[in-house]
Amino acid sequence: MVAAMVKRLASLAATLAAVSMVIFLVMNVLPGDPAAVALGTSAQEDTLAALRHEMGLDQPLPVRYVHWVGGAITGDFGTSATYGVPVRGLIADRLAVTLPLAGMAILLSMLLALPLGILAASRQNGAADWIATIFSQLGVATPNFWIGLLLILVFSTALGWMPSGGFSGWNDGMINGIKQLFLPAVALALPQAGVLTRVTRAAVLDVLSEDFVRTARAKGLNRRQALFRHVVPNALAPVVTILGLQFSFLVAGAVLVENVFTLPGLGRLAYQAFTQRDFLVVQNVVLFIAALVVVVNFLVDLLYLFLDPRLRSSR
Amino acid sequence: MSGPIGRGIRHVISRSLAVLAICASATLLGLPAAQAAKDNVVIGMGIEPAGLDPTVAAPAAIGQITWQNVFEGLTRINEDGKVEPQLATDWTISDDGRTYTFHLTSGVSFHNGVAFDSSTAKFTLDRARGENSTNPQKQFFSVIDSIETPDPSTLVLKLSKPAGNLLYWLGWPASVMVEPSSANTDKTAPVGTGPFKLGEWRQGDRLTLVRNDAYWNADDKPALSSATFRFISDPQAQAAAVKNGDVDAFPEFGAPELFQAFEGDPDLKTAVGNTELKVVAGMNLRKPPFNDARVRQALMMGIDRRMVIDGAWSGYGQPIGSHYTPNDPGYVDTTGVHPYDPARAKALLAEAGYGSGLSFSIKTPQMTYATRSAEILQALLAEVGVTLNIVPTEFPATWIDQVFQKHDFDMTIVAHAEPMDISIYARDNYYFGYANPDFKSTIAQAEATTDETERLSLYGKAQTMLAEDVPALYLFVMPKLGVWNAKLSGLWTNEPIPSNDLTDVRWQD
Repeated sequence: MVAAMVKRLASLAATLAAVSMVIFLVMNVLPGDPAAVALGTSAQEDTLAALRHEMGLDQPLPVRYVHWVGGAITGDFGTSATYGVPVRGLIADRLAVTLPLAGMAILLSMLLALPLGILAASRQNGAADWIATIFSQLGVATPNFWIGLLLILVFSTALGWMPSGGFSGWNDGMINGIKQLFLPAVALALPQAGVLTRVTRAAVLDVLSEDFVRTARAKGLNRRQALFRHVVPNALAPVVTILGLQFSFLVAGAVLVENVFTLPGLGRLAYQAFTQRDFLVVQNVVLFIAALVVVVNFLVDLLYLFLDPRLRSSR
Repeated sequence: MSGPIGRGIRHVISRSLAVLAICASATLLGLPAAQAAKDNVVIGMGIEPAGLDPTVAAPAAIGQITWQNVFEGLTRINEDGKVEPQLATDWTISDDGRTYTFHLTSGVSFHNGVAFDSSTAKFTLDRARGENSTNPQKQFFSVIDSIETPDPSTLVLKLSKPAGNLLYWLGWPASVMVEPSSANTDKTAPVGTGPFKLGEWRQGDRLTLVRNDAYWNADDKPALSSATFRFISDPQAQAAAVKNGDVDAFPEFGAPELFQAFEGDPDLKTAVGNTELKVVAGMNLRKPPFNDARVRQALMMGIDRRMVIDGAWSGYGQPIGSHYTPNDPGYVDTTGVHPYDPARAKALLAEAGYGSGLSFSIKTPQMTYATRSAEILQALLAEVGVTLNIVPTEFPATWIDQVFQKHDFDMTIVAHAEPMDISIYARDNYYFGYANPDFKSTIAQAEATTDETERLSLYGKAQTMLAEDVPALYLFVMPKLGVWNAKLSGLWTNEPIPSNDLTDVRWQD
């Protein structure tokens, strides 16, 4: 177990080192000069030079890389060139939106997909199976931002039950915050639930055809007992894998939904920073998300140990 | 299903429904109350500003929040685009046009209590023209040779050459007055002399200004106690926010095709006004075929401006024939110089040696007006035998790099936002690559002319030169599509300079 942890940490460090180098190079190779973006089309050459100096862009690449990574290791992510505030605070603010949003979306998609997938598999070719198949096809095929627009039109514009977007922060109360994140979470959750339903159904079907299920039934368990004692626990591993992937996706890839609902989330921060060529913000957000993906994968592996007793005996 | 999981799920579902019900009833209960003497306003903006100091960065969104609200200048530009006194009450100009003596308004102080006088004004201008200046409009201040402050309420600018536009330039967001102890932090904590000061900026979501109760101008105290700017980039979300009343005003609404739905709504007022955004398709005059004026003129005559406006911007917008808007002082209508005439366009192309056709690319930014206009140009030019290849180009970063700085393009299309910027065609090595000595001397002459009538007639001459020479295809001026609560008054219909002046905004009963 300890060895596994050490191995994990080493791989985390290696991943982050590689990611940091790649994102640093990509940002610097891409066309676009942050000083020119900030100063616009009337800027004079001497003004641009002055701003580049102020931003530290006149230093050689290796120096800038070491400066950035050295700072990041000690927890100093630098200052955003566009906003003029510390990057660390920016990321922390955005996480207060993105993490609860991703959590709510995961929860909603599980609530929808797990029962539907299990039901569909246990009644294969029945009505529930049909509904599950149609739902998952629709979910997979419908872009989340479009669902978001529909939700706004129905629940906000037509019914007036929900705000059309924006996030006023957690200081206005828990309920208010949850309310503002609810529609975006639904918009994110529906396509994820489509995928998850399909995976759950396939996994349960897979296990249902195993010999031990027949043995369990032969021992006298009824269908439902066999399903919940033997089939579902054994079918959870692929479901958990998908959930892990989805969480990383929701943290990093919710840009479009955040845009439709005007949420100050991490994805929109990365996007805005990219268009402004706010190097430090982009680099640090990417690094942070990479770290998060590695950590979530690690947690998923731990969950496997819990779900699958065979993996617990150390090899 | 009644196993433990089934029960758990039912429990969670009933809990979520309960939360939903609470949310819904909270909305219903929260609706009334806010009727009595409303004095705050929520304003929607499509783009969030990059910092809040207009003296160190160019984006228009900075001025749209801070100019006239937080920061003020020696002069200001009013809704009609005219120069008015502000922190300077009046001024005299010497006969040779090279000495400007400003008399400053007394009793003005910054939000942090520091008094405004000639020394702060000198500090501001020195900072803008100094060696380490990062002012986006540094060229405005380069004509200033020296600054004298004979007493606290007098500021004397000595110019190296006459500058007829100086008073206008001093009214720009980039020329607002700042003071030494706060200048370096204005980007996040702006300190100006204006009627509002910064309340809170929640990056990515909203920014709140609150009334400055110590505002110096007793005649012009704002009616609003606070104003919140919300940043909503998606046009559909903008429309939803307006319809729901989540925002009270969207002074610059982003999608003309959704704007029509507001017209006729009794709760909303729509106002179609002017901007300074000139949509032009610039060409790279350094290389063939664009170094041949006949080709450029033919391309211009191949374009039906009205069709571009209808197709790209739902019919909102004014056609232009030169780099000047109908709202600018001294405008000359040049749309008739090269009117839509496909037959003549073809003949002229043949005369220039391109009778068998011509093919080139247009680097097109992702903004809706640009992509749609490019598609219509493509269709129209196909009629005269020209094949236009649309190349998507990320704006601003990639566009500035490839088109603006490296001149790696054939044609491009972009809206020039800066007011009264016809002089860009006189700049050395600007991206069009237009090098016309006559034009240059006309602009130089205009800029050196202090007499307004004479100066404007020179700008008229310059407009005609561009219309005849066609260094860029002049298409249209973007409208300012404003929509706000019918009970709200005082917002500007026109936008002679990027701004949202809140001084006169108030709720009517």
